[in-house]
Amino acid sequence: MSHVPYPRPCGDFRTTYAEDASLYKTRPAFRAAVAITLLAALMPIISWTMPAVVSTAMISNLIQIGILAIAALGLNVLVGFTGQISLGHAAFFGFGAFSSAYLVNNFSVPVLLAIPAAGIVTALVGFLFGLPAARLKGLYLAIATLAAQFILEDFFARATWFTEGYGVTADRPVLAGLSLADDRWFYYVVLFWVIISFIGVSNLRRSRDGRAFVAVRDHYLSAEIMGINLTKYRVLSFGVSSFFAGLAGALYGHFLGFVSVEAFTILLSIQFLAMIIIGGLGSVTGSLLGAAFIFMLPPTMQSFASSLAEIFPAMQQGVAYVKEMAIGLAIILFLILEPEGLIHLWRRIRASWKLFPFSH
Amino acid sequence: MDLNWNLLLQLLLNGVIVGMLYGVVAMCFVLIYKSTQVVNFAQGEFVVLGAWVCWSMIAWMELHFIPAFLFALVFMTLYGVIVQVVVLRPLVGEPIISVIMATIGLSIFMQALMNWVFGNNAESFPDIFGGWKIEIGGLQVEAGYLLSFVLSIVVMLAFFWFFKYSRWGLAMRATAFNQQVAASLGISTRQVFAMAWAISALVSAIAGIVLGLVNGVSTGLAFIGIKVFPAVIVGGLDSIVGAILGGVIIGVLENGAEFVDGQILKVGNMYKVAPFYVLILILMIKPYGLFGTKDIERV
Repeated sequence: MSHVPYPRPCGDFRTTYAEDASLYKTRPAFRAAVAITLLAALMPIISWTMPAVVSTAMISNLIQIGILAIAALGLNVLVGFTGQISLGHAAFFGFGAFSSAYLVNNFSVPVLLAIPAAGIVTALVGFLFGLPAARLKGLYLAIATLAAQFILEDFFARATWFTEGYGVTADRPVLAGLSLADDRWFYYVVLFWVIISFIGVSNLRRSRDGRAFVAVRDHYLSAEIMGINLTKYRVLSFGVSSFFAGLAGALYGHFLGFVSVEAFTILLSIQFLAMIIIGGLGSVTGSLLGAAFIFMLPPTMQSFASSLAEIFPAMQQGVAYVKEMAIGLAIILFLILEPEGLIHLWRRIRASWKLFPFSH
Repeated sequence: MDLNWNLLLQLLLNGVIVGMLYGVVAMCFVLIYKSTQVVNFAQGEFVVLGAWVCWSMIAWMELHFIPAFLFALVFMTLYGVIVQVVVLRPLVGEPIISVIMATIGLSIFMQALMNWVFGNNAESFPDIFGGWKIEIGGLQVEAGYLLSFVLSIVVMLAFFWFFKYSRWGLAMRATAFNQQVAASLGISTRQVFAMAWAISALVSAIAGIVLGLVNGVSTGLAFIGIKVFPAVIVGGLDSIVGAILGGVIIGVLENGAEFVDGQILKVGNMYKVAPFYVLILILMIKPYGLFGTKDIERV
């Protein structure tokens, strides 16, 4: 897929295999990751004690970024690792949301169990769509997944037993009689799954299966000659990707409280793709950065355009459109100027800082 | 069961006429894919932009239809070149996902910009035919449809002539066949790339204006950009004849599905999704379509 399999700045060398396979290259990198995770875990506590510092709106934003990051991570396994393009990720995301609500509403499964169960159900659907897709690649696959998107969207609108035809309610989870309806409690549910997913995929990346995915991406003919079963790994990566899509969708459904059949359009699929492109294809951390970027872009543009509109009143009616245009523009600009994404930008900054007077 | 056969005939006729337009847009798509290896997800937006430009010339500048039409064609030709130079040229040689995402980004950008400039509402062209209709074998055909049919044929003949006899057309075919050899024979591939986008935008604009004359202009017209995919997959991604045939097949199929749906199944919405089921089916049994060249890989 990518012409540079591991984009790494000049001067950033690995000299042993153990070093190359380690999750954190340096001790400070590991400490930083732990510190960021701890800070994330402290957010609701800060919000309870000092609401002025961390508002509830911020908590709600963080929840949504976390959920989108899980879905983007799933898509990154498919697109970034295996090199399979999917334009139907939002449909799987939606399928997860509906499955979880269905399990809770009809079989009274506890919400906390229904969320991973929805991930597994969606993974099965992913296998189903992945089987025919395993024969296709590149553009043909993109078009096939586009068709899957429309067919699943149509299914949501049609399957009244599953979605009521317009949407279903999804309750917040309850743990040991304690309701987790408050965003700050729900935050921990999301954080738990974000951590599990990110650790899981980071380790998947350096396992045999993960390396097989990358081999399929980089040169599938060579991979096949080396004994990698192409069909198996293409289908598997569809399954893994759908699992995370379903998991994130289920979290999203229970976060919103209502799952609408109209929420999972092709536009959301495109946004997921934009997240991994802007964050960095094939990068685990990049998925999180990209999700945060795409989530924050519309509100940022909104306030930017509104303040512009105060100076130029003619801009007033354009504010809503500037927001939409920004997403399209961001995708194009990143592809042209920084095709490896935000994570590469960060790596370059870090390398030039580390190697300071002699950085390239 | 009492079926309305006259309705079926009418629908099939509509299918052929609309299908011809799908075919024309699919042809533009294939033209770009074949000569520049770019998958244009913004084809639908090109169609809409052409229609909007022509409409705005009539509504805002109070031009007559013919000068407005010509202006729209010139504008879109330039627009096609600009898009190629600004957006696609820097991405030559990048992986396919980058190129796909760039055109998707372009389509989002264009859609929002058009909504801003031209508004969200559907606008209709001034009626240039005076409600004139024609009867063919007991079926009513609107003049707009007839015009679209005639224009589609004209465009296809022009394509045929251009690629068969003109110097530029031959250069484009050579580039599509083998870029390196064409370049070493003195063909400027940069110019060929820009021209492919220019022609594609120009012809899309014709299709958009014709569609606008019949149904009015709105952002919704961009749906044709999505319908193009089933058409090109049926016909074969790199075959211009296949694109036309695929377009007609999808047009007829859509209207056939509408008939079966409305008269027998009554599930609703078949019109919209039937082409995508066919798309998946074709990809399963004949992934290179009716006329596409099979991709043979050797190690």
